[in-house]
Amino acid sequence: MRFLNAFRELMRDYRFLVAFVIVLTLIALAILSNFSPYDPQRFYQVPRGLPPSWKYPLGTNWLGQDVFWSLTFAVRNSLLIAIITAIFSRIIAVFVGILSGYKGGTLDRVLMTVGDTTMVLPFLIILIIISMLIKTWTRNMVNLGLLLAFFSWAWDARVIRSQVLSLRERDFTYVAILSGMPTLKIVTKQLLPHVLPVIFTTFINNMAWAIGMEITLAYLGLGIDPTVPTIGTMLQTAIYRQALFLGLWWWLATPIVTSVLLFVSLYWLSVSISDYLNPKVRFQRIGSRK
Amino acid sequence: MNFVKGYLIPRLLQYVIVTFLGLTAIFFLPRLLPVDPIKQQLGQSQTFGVYIPPEQQDEMMRILRQLYGLEGTLWEQYVNFWKRLFTGNFGPSFSRYPVPVVRVIAQALPWTIALLSFTTLLSWIVAVVVGGIVGYHRKSWMEALDVFVMVVRPIPYYIMALICLILFAYVFPIFPLSGGLGIGRTLKFDLETIFNVLKHAFLPALTLLIVGFSWQFQSMKLIVQGVKAEDHVWYAKTAGVEERRIVFSHVVRNAMLPMITQLGLQFGTIFGGALVTEMVFAYPGIGWILYDAIMKADYNLIMGIMCISLVATTTSILVLDFVYPLFDPRVRYR
Repeated sequence: MRFLNAFRELMRDYRFLVAFVIVLTLIALAILSNFSPYDPQRFYQVPRGLPPSWKYPLGTNWLGQDVFWSLTFAVRNSLLIAIITAIFSRIIAVFVGILSGYKGGTLDRVLMTVGDTTMVLPFLIILIIISMLIKTWTRNMVNLGLLLAFFSWAWDARVIRSQVLSLRERDFTYVAILSGMPTLKIVTKQLLPHVLPVIFTTFINNMAWAIGMEITLAYLGLGIDPTVPTIGTMLQTAIYRQALFLGLWWWLATPIVTSVLLFVSLYWLSVSISDYLNPKVRFQRIGSRK
Repeated sequence: MNFVKGYLIPRLLQYVIVTFLGLTAIFFLPRLLPVDPIKQQLGQSQTFGVYIPPEQQDEMMRILRQLYGLEGTLWEQYVNFWKRLFTGNFGPSFSRYPVPVVRVIAQALPWTIALLSFTTLLSWIVAVVVGGIVGYHRKSWMEALDVFVMVVRPIPYYIMALICLILFAYVFPIFPLSGGLGIGRTLKFDLETIFNVLKHAFLPALTLLIVGFSWQFQSMKLIVQGVKAEDHVWYAKTAGVEERRIVFSHVVRNAMLPMITQLGLQFGTIFGGALVTEMVFAYPGIGWILYDAIMKADYNLIMGIMCISLVATTTSILVLDFVYPLFDPRVRYR
């Protein structure tokens, strides 16, 4: 019931509404990929270079693939990579954040120094070089997700830590400690529920980041196997095959527009949810609606 | 004296430690990975059809190991790595043999520094001013700017660069597609060359400006909204201080400090973004030679670029930290 109320409240925010509709559409596209009449990794199944028409809603590309059906696979795979990355990096971030926030002391200082160092480093270059050195290893989605997760936990761990730091000093935590609750139970029963909203919004942000990184890596010919359609590899193939100079604008525009829609909607989701969770902003909004 | 002991020395020490740790990480990371770069490179050239007679393979591997500084035990390699760093000798570039890596980087560095410093400063200043004004006065026409920023902000550098490229070099062919200088030109100091350089730099700069502006604008706006609600601003208002003075010396000035911190924190990301943008526009800076090095598996050049970018980012953050107190009277070197 609480969840439903929150949802209804959120729906009043135009950003959430727009983003929610776009994300639902993209998820529907991803599900649609299961009904594709074509194999996404085979070429020359349809006439090549046709503009958008009723039969081929987004046209066909120079390799003889239907752009619409490729897109469904691309969206599905990109979302999968994003979710895998977000799950793994959330696990690291929650673990490090709670540990260093709750335990404090030297452990806290060491963990935060490690985190700060990874934030300051030009991580994009390091990520590029590592994925170049282990090119064959990152060919599949789970490994790529793991690699990306490894680079994206530091900031979120810091956010979670600062929350735990204040939760630790609250009365309910003291009550739990004094009534002899084991530490593990305190963490999961008392602290985790309060940190959950942060985990959720950073999950969405992290997904958007992972999709962007996948696209950047694909442009460099790194990351996932280039014949597997993702938004990144789709874009890379279109650029590499000179889609613009062949006049096949729909081939290049499709992944660009999709990625922009995806980035904007994920960002709007996270912004509207964190505005909703922020009591200061929320009171302002409730006050203004009178 | 207090300042040296209490602030300068600890901060410099921190700088040295972070740089040292980062460089050590750069040394160890490739060695921790399960792949041998030399075997991979030999394998790669073999898949492209280069025939290497088996009796020469060992010899080749030995020479490549020497070139890459991969000889001897791990400790010897590590000492060697620092020796190379301090003498500024990263060995020859593999794809442009025998030009040393240092010279390749030295040629590219000015392009990146010019592009990056100009765009970062300009977008930051514009964002602070515009964000300050928009955060302070809420007027209806400003909503349009807000929506624009909300759409642009989440778009990563690479996609933004592509959109700029397609719009302004292909659909409306106003600016050149790629490069930093027209083909077949040499760098001379005359009006035509300068115009040409600016024309080529326009689109990469535009990309960095748009993305940088939208990031900084939004945080500035939020911070100013927070500062505006504070007591001292109310007091200034009731005391009848001129509105313009409130905005600039009471609100914007206070909002500057978190903005400088943010600039420092994001510098690594901004730098990475500049590199990606250079790759898209084939702009002859560090990003472009990095792209080239990745495509040609030029191990020495990649290591050189990585070390230099690391030192460059940590040093810029150090410089930013020293600029700090100029903007915030509350912070003094203590």
